[in-house]
Amino acid sequence: MTTQAATSASQIPKKKSANSLWRDAYRRILANRIALASMVVIIVYVLMALLAQFGLIATDYNLTNTDLKWLSPSSEYLFGTDIFGRSVLHRAIHGSVIAVTVGFFAALIALFIGVTMGALAGYFGGWVDDSITWLYTTIDSIPYILLMASFQFALGQGLSNLFFALGLTSWVTLCRLVRAEFLKQKQKEYVESARSLGASHFRRIFLHILPNVMHLGLIQFGLIFVSAIKIEVILSFLGLGVEAGVPSWGIMINEAKQELNRGYWWNLGAATVFMFGLVLAVNLFNDALRDALDPKLKNK
Amino acid sequence: MIPILFGVTIITFILFNVVIDDPAVLLAGKSASPERLQQIRAELGTDQPLYVQYLTSVKQIFTFDFGRSWSSKQSVSETILAGLSPSLTLTVPAFIISILLSICLALGTAYFRGTAVDKFATVMALALMSISSLVYIMVFQYTFAFNLGVFPISGWDQSWTDRWQYVQLPWMIWIVLSLGPNLLVYRTAILDEYFQDYVRTARAKGLAEGVVLFKHVLKNALIPIITIVVVQMPFLITGSLLLEAFFGIPGLGGLLYQAINNSDFPVIRAMVVIGTLLYMTFNLLADLAYAVVNPRVRLS
Repeated sequence: MTTQAATSASQIPKKKSANSLWRDAYRRILANRIALASMVVIIVYVLMALLAQFGLIATDYNLTNTDLKWLSPSSEYLFGTDIFGRSVLHRAIHGSVIAVTVGFFAALIALFIGVTMGALAGYFGGWVDDSITWLYTTIDSIPYILLMASFQFALGQGLSNLFFALGLTSWVTLCRLVRAEFLKQKQKEYVESARSLGASHFRRIFLHILPNVMHLGLIQFGLIFVSAIKIEVILSFLGLGVEAGVPSWGIMINEAKQELNRGYWWNLGAATVFMFGLVLAVNLFNDALRDALDPKLKNK
Repeated sequence: MIPILFGVTIITFILFNVVIDDPAVLLAGKSASPERLQQIRAELGTDQPLYVQYLTSVKQIFTFDFGRSWSSKQSVSETILAGLSPSLTLTVPAFIISILLSICLALGTAYFRGTAVDKFATVMALALMSISSLVYIMVFQYTFAFNLGVFPISGWDQSWTDRWQYVQLPWMIWIVLSLGPNLLVYRTAILDEYFQDYVRTARAKGLAEGVVLFKHVLKNALIPIITIVVVQMPFLITGSLLLEAFFGIPGLGGLLYQAINNSDFPVIRAMVVIGTLLYMTFNLLADLAYAVVNPRVRLS
């Protein structure tokens, strides 16, 4: 530690100021017990999804056995069995694969489009700004569920189409935020000094300004992740989600429509409990992250 | 507004006329003869060159004539007009009650800001939002209508005196669904005002906390709240897709649900256009309302 500090003594003040927002946020998250607990829950879900995907847990999620249909929850089948005698618990565990991938890829696509568009619009201004603003205002004025349904109609069913439909429709808020922040940042002295040192447009956008804007992307990533998981359920209801038979929480909740009146609540129960855990954890973590990164709230 | 409307016509046109598979196959089935397909294409006008199809779709907006529904063969505009009154019956009372209730709760959490009460309310709001809206609808319908029989399970009556029994349970669900998100947004709006200098001044001159809260904080916090409320208003007219589908209410939401189920593109496209027009109108109204309630903004 001390030798490192001694050798790079000249760099320390510069590095510290560059990372202080993130380091500060990191410290605040570590001090926040709710945030830490949520992080643990999120990691558990990701691990569960990975293990299920690679066939290490809940392998018999598609094993049908009609002799065992509609078993009530018991110690052997924690959430009972469904119409085909499949373990509801194992299907719910497999549902985390769909949920985590849908949330992650939808948010990733939206993050990429939103940040790029917002950066270009805010940085260049002029006709670039005008056309990007026009595009996102247009998309924003179409009611979300209609836009989403239209995209799904055009692209067709299937998991990867779902990523794209969700991603292509969820980038607008992020784009608007990034654009506004770029408008502010590009006036600052550090961008001017980068320019005077001969930094290209590309360098200035992605190496100088972007790191100062990226916290917006991180917060929006969580929000889009959560909304994608919730919209998957509604799209399943409309018959526009993943194909029937795939064990997603949306499909499970929708199967329960016919089952509830006959008293079979466990399909609904398992999917709701599993979804609740993941969505609440991401929501709470995101809330803590926003507080940790928001400079306005810091002094209070 | 005009450029955005232009953008919406282009996006819907690309999605419904260019990207999508041949609607004639969708309507007639895959085994239909080529002559039959050609006949359907001629009926739908999809055998025309793309620019003619585009001009037709633009003309539809100005004449408010969206052709005939593919499934019911009735005029789309008439069907939409007939859906207005059921949708408004469902949405307007629920919207007003939920806003008033959320503002009261948000004032309460702001009063207890930073204490366990505030924290509990925020976590509860996030928890409420972590359950799919579909689950609320199914559980409420099952419990209160199917099991306890307090409300009818579903149905509708056109007469103004008998329709109310069918919307009470949907109102309850609407209020529960909107409580979480509303509370969080309003709380932020109120807290933003809470730390302003004029609030400190009001307290310093010895005003009671209640007076500070209602006469100073609430009055100023209403500016962003009114803007948010006005922007949400298009949903009053377009109705609630999920609630109307589950409770058999023949409003615009229920209409859209059927249209999506039947791949009835003229209806979906008309709903996209109308939804967008409403959104743009109410956005403009929100700007005007903002100028009216906030004397610091002057319309030039």
